[in-house]
Amino acid sequence: MEYVIEMLNIRKEFPGIVANDNITVQLKKGEIHALLGENGAGKSTLMNVLFGLYQPEAGKIRVRGEDVNISNPNVANELGIGMVHQHFMLVEPFTVTQNIILGSEPKGKFGNIDIKKAEKEIQDISDLYGLKVDPTAKISDISVGMQQRVEILKTLYRGAEVLIFDEPTAVLTPQEITELIEIMRTLVREGKSIILITHKLKEIMQVCDRCTVIRKGKGIGTVEVKETNPDELASLMVGRDVNFKTTKKVAQPKDVVFRVEDLFVRDTRKVDTVKGLNLEVRAGEIVGVAGVDGNGQTELIEAITGLRKSHQGKITLNNNNITNLSPRKVTKTGLGHIPQDRHKYGLVLDYPIGSNMVLQTYYQKPFSKASILNYKEIYKKAKELIEEYDVRTPSEFTPARALSGGNQQKAIIGREIDRSPDLLIAAQPTRGLDVGAIEFIHQKLIEERDKGKAILLVSFELDEIINVSDRIVVMFDGKIIATVKPEETNEQELGLLMAGSKLDEVGDSSDIK
Amino acid sequence: MTSNNRIFSLVVPVISVILGLIVGAIIMAVSGHNPMEAYAALWRGAFGDSFTIGETVRRITPLILTGLAIAFAFRTGLFNIGAEGQVIVGWLAAVWVGLVIDAPMIIHLPLAVLAGAIAGGLWGFIPGILKAKLGVHEVIVTIMMNYIAMFVTNEIIRSVLTDHKTTTDKIAGSASLGSEWLQSITFYSRMHYGILIALFAAIIMWFIIQRTTLGYELKAVGFNRHASKYAGMSVSKSIILSMVIAGGFAGLAGAMEGLGTYGSISVMSGFTNLGFDGIAVALLGANNPFGVVIAAILFGVLKEGAGEMPTGAGVPTELVDIIIAIIIFFVASSYIIRWALLRMKKEGK
Repeated sequence: MEYVIEMLNIRKEFPGIVANDNITVQLKKGEIHALLGENGAGKSTLMNVLFGLYQPEAGKIRVRGEDVNISNPNVANELGIGMVHQHFMLVEPFTVTQNIILGSEPKGKFGNIDIKKAEKEIQDISDLYGLKVDPTAKISDISVGMQQRVEILKTLYRGAEVLIFDEPTAVLTPQEITELIEIMRTLVREGKSIILITHKLKEIMQVCDRCTVIRKGKGIGTVEVKETNPDELASLMVGRDVNFKTTKKVAQPKDVVFRVEDLFVRDTRKVDTVKGLNLEVRAGEIVGVAGVDGNGQTELIEAITGLRKSHQGKITLNNNNITNLSPRKVTKTGLGHIPQDRHKYGLVLDYPIGSNMVLQTYYQKPFSKASILNYKEIYKKAKELIEEYDVRTPSEFTPARALSGGNQQKAIIGREIDRSPDLLIAAQPTRGLDVGAIEFIHQKLIEERDKGKAILLVSFELDEIINVSDRIVVMFDGKIIATVKPEETNEQELGLLMAGSKLDEVGDSSDIK
Repeated sequence: MTSNNRIFSLVVPVISVILGLIVGAIIMAVSGHNPMEAYAALWRGAFGDSFTIGETVRRITPLILTGLAIAFAFRTGLFNIGAEGQVIVGWLAAVWVGLVIDAPMIIHLPLAVLAGAIAGGLWGFIPGILKAKLGVHEVIVTIMMNYIAMFVTNEIIRSVLTDHKTTTDKIAGSASLGSEWLQSITFYSRMHYGILIALFAAIIMWFIIQRTTLGYELKAVGFNRHASKYAGMSVSKSIILSMVIAGGFAGLAGAMEGLGTYGSISVMSGFTNLGFDGIAVALLGANNPFGVVIAAILFGVLKEGAGEMPTGAGVPTELVDIIIAIIIFFVASSYIIRWALLRMKKEGK
């Protein structure tokens, strides 16, 4: 069998760590090859080596059987290697065509840009692969799924034969994921080869031919997807058996501790994004909020936690009216908040992880007295939390920035749960984390529930919503449009509800599946 | 990683200073001066005898305080260009109190010093509140406040404190930082007790930043405004307080000049430059209070020693400004030095 790309025994060191240790990946022509590994396992480093951003200390790279030296990304481009980044690199006010030709504009007679010619070419490529992209549309007007296709088109326009997808489904709805998988299949049918970087086992099982597993920088091996199953892949990746189905007892919901009534919130553009929302959470239950990003979830959370003002409606927690109170007052009423964006809100990255552990409590005893900090107590608490929540860090004095995403998240969760709030808002608590960390975090949420706390889980991951919640509410266009039980629904039904269908319209889809 | 960073933040300024001196020597050599003679003159100018040492200390004193003024605001993510104006109003307020109040020294002197700090703090409060409440950029406002400070002060000197004169009377002895003892051991230099206040201020800044909840909040706001808001801190309160405290430090610098060095205030045709030099001092001192003290000592020595260069070696004083500029350039582009150091380390392996 012919290999398009071979990375043989690659070794890449950084001061103090070996990021890639003897990893071999061989990509066959016309296959979809998964690169599976936990966060920080070395997937990105390996792909950056292939893309010419890093030079390996040892090992060989062959493209179509020939040894190559990929000294920079331009060389990679010339060799027909293209990357579809997780965070899109698009200029919003530009059209699709303008974005795609950026950097390699086709010149007309007078040195002008021949936009018509480019549009025609892009239309042709789009038709060939069934991408259905309108070359004249503005990026800011098209959906996230469409923007991703523009990224795919960009690599194809530059003549890519091998496409690297970096966590492509993280930002998509279930329907968009199905469409993306279809596109990937078309690409392969037309002779392209694909490397899919992911830690989602379901996608690998669905679309990939083979899978290379990396664990802690070491190549564990390559398996045929047909001959494996998700459990085996997971244990290969983590190095131990993983529990998928979160085990939990039946919830014992008690009184309503948290209530949102007829809430209206405006976003930064002064447009109503939460429009008359009603919601209740009882003690001892986990309520999952399902919804496509941008349907008012962010504004809802910000309004509850005091980061944004609402202009109509009422929010109560423990019978206290907390509508439009300051974040500190809301926190003191008994709210814990695991924020959606842990870098922006959850941590002061330049502070030691120990200082971050008291971000909500530094002004209280015993961490300070008469406004003087007591570092002994602070670091004592930090040490406790680091141990209890398994935060892997060299010490409590290490800057939070230096920790991996999963460990940063564990630190935040430890900090918030430790205050033992009556309501815990967990927004995307496992975004971008690997299976091991996800398992741990889900366990902790369920533990809190069993202690009789109320938990509001907001997530775009339907797996998570279905697995962890005791009750699921679907948020669409600023309102809760449906409430369903996790054991009585499936991703298909939720997906349709999230797209705005009424419950009675989709009522039977669970049977179709 | 942290220990590496700490070493870097020590080594980089030292290398920058050495490079600055070397480049300065090259410039002198090219322009036909003897660099060794020039640097010898510089040394004599700063440390030649007890008088010059006294004068050097006197010059260092306000530089420490303005350096702290910029460093403190910077820790909260604010760029306080207004130290200059804060110095001027602090100077005016201190001299004013020194002139009009009649009280025993134990009350009069602290009162005058405090007046300087409060005036500087007020001058920091205005840009602080504009930034916090209306989002006006503090750089623009503080620059404007510098001009307002200078011209208003000039007018007050001419028409309130004097009758159309350019210099006020000397302040009362009970408000003076001067000391006959210090003068006697430094051959009647203008050295005064202000240096103790400046060093104490550096300790205060260290204490606020490192040991208090206020410092914890101010730094958090400087590092990450969003996370601070999330954690229930008041971002606008932090911004205002930071500017007020920074202004207070600069105001103290003015008080040092008014109550110590000059004992009066004169109409100014231009800025004192103490505030602007403070920017360089803070930068060189890596916004750390003790770094600021060391950087201020370096600046004070260079500036004081430069006075000897034209007479001692025939080199124009502007050359010292060039050397200082080159040092700042190297500190600002410390990335290059870091890169070179890392590279050398790698090859050495």
